[in-house]
Amino acid sequence: MKRIYLDYAATTPTHPDVVEAMLPYFSDSFGNPSSIYSYGQEAKGAVEKAREQVAALIGARDDEVVFTSGGTEADNSAIQGVALADPERNHIITSATEHHAVIETCRFLERRGFKVTYLPVDKEGLINPDDVRNTITEKTCLVSIMHANNEIGTIQPIKELAVIARGAGVLIHTDAVQTAGQIPVNVDDLGVDLLSISAHKLYGPKGVGALYIRKGTKLVPFMHGGGQERNRRGSTENVPGIVGFGKATEIARNVIAGEIERQTQLRNHLISGILEQIDGVRLNGHPTNRLPNNVNVSVDYVEGESMLLNLDLENICASTGSACSSSSLEASHVLLALGLTHEQAHSSLRFTVGKWTTDEDIDRVSEVLPRVVARLRAMSPLLKSHK
Amino acid sequence: MPDIQSLYSEKVMDHFRNPRNVGEIENPDGTGHVGNPICGDIMELYIKVNGNIITDAKFKTFGCGAAIATSSMVTEMVIGKTIDEALEISNKTVAEALGGLPAAKMHCSVLAEDALRSAIDDYHSKQKKQSKTKAKAKKK
Ligand code: FES
Repeated sequence: MKRIYLDYAATTPTHPDVVEAMLPYFSDSFGNPSSIYSYGQEAKGAVEKAREQVAALIGARDDEVVFTSGGTEADNSAIQGVALADPERNHIITSATEHHAVIETCRFLERRGFKVTYLPVDKEGLINPDDVRNTITEKTCLVSIMHANNEIGTIQPIKELAVIARGAGVLIHTDAVQTAGQIPVNVDDLGVDLLSISAHKLYGPKGVGALYIRKGTKLVPFMHGGGQERNRRGSTENVPGIVGFGKATEIARNVIAGEIERQTQLRNHLISGILEQIDGVRLNGHPTNRLPNNVNVSVDYVEGESMLLNLDLENICASTGSACSSSSLEASHVLLALGLTHEQAHSSLRFTVGKWTTDEDIDRVSEVLPRVVARLRAMSPLLKSHK
Repeated sequence: MPDIQSLYSEKVMDHFRNPRNVGEIENPDGTGHVGNPICGDIMELYIKVNGNIITDAKFKTFGCGAAIATSSMVTEMVIGKTIDEALEISNKTVAEALGGLPAAKMHCSVLAEDALRSAIDDYHSKQKKQSKTKAKAKKK
């Protein structure tokens, strides 16, 4: 049976053209970009070309792109880098639905004396820009709000938040890991100072990402070492990874318009299929202001991991915000921030479509899921008590 | 997440796919209703007792694959046992009978043990009430 992968927000398969672009940089052109002989210069040239490609995807200048080991490092270095750059300011504004890479970095700083405001979101996952305006003080050094949420797909009004932050002389960072390559991302249009991207979410390899740093932004380097990346990130460059990342962003730029349309259709088709066929289901996140590839639902009375297991038995891969499937055994902080009950968070299911998702895949899910839900509801003690 | 099927033993997957004794018993002799304080799952266990022997058991569970499999396993294990024998079943013996559980899922088997104990407690307290009313009836 064909495996149906609907977890593109977790990671994407590396595009075959990307793999092909990377291959020469493992053994043939294996040089260290810091070496002056030809091997080194070949590698350096490849890294710089990739930098141009990545910069082009987000409308940045080449020298504003710093390669990292991924989205998590980009988030860590943006937040810690700003926090440490100005000893006079010790307040950070972020939101309750950020990725762990942002939330845990903020908690880390809190334990070291920083003050962090975690702004609430409304029931569809949106930040209220007035909350940002009202919580900025002269001590605020950074506003860090994600571009779109990885679990529920809600897209934040970054442009508006940036006007507020920068108007008050505060830097703004956005985690664009879920949006770069998926929807248009332009640093000038958004008006941000810092922006994180990850390669493996856009059909590039794992272990590589980038931080966009607007020219003139004061940032303390996160990785100390040899002076790579213009002294902003020590460490010998991950040349094959960076080359693959560059190639992936180039492909993304070419296909993005068509993919947005195609994936939005698949998404809407899946949402209506689920809502029409199963009762007691709610769509989590914003109805329209959401990523083209994201479907997140709560299915009353059924636990998420048991749904995932049943779907896996039918060769369908999805994910859940249930406590049972998280290593911390805590329900999704994002779903709880929307005001969902523990049971509703427990009952959540996320499908994220991508490049290789077809109409048939969606039809198959719409056929299998109602069966799975009926089976599990038949053994749910919650159902009876709600009858 | 790793291949979720390989996360669990074959036995667990078997009980998850074909859970035994799902449902409720009408007029049960004992009912256990417990919640898992760790991840928030819920299990209900019903038993029928005849002359100190558990003759039937059924369950309903809202929980992960391990919770469903341990619920199913525990019903299978108690049927035919005396109350005292049933009380010897622990979450470990249930997990063992399933060919083991991943460490992160051991707490789910505690749910099954708790449900069994609470069903037996319920049975005992019902017995007491009954014998009291019988005793009263005799006096009159
Ligand atoms: S019942 Fe929640 S982890 Fe098993």
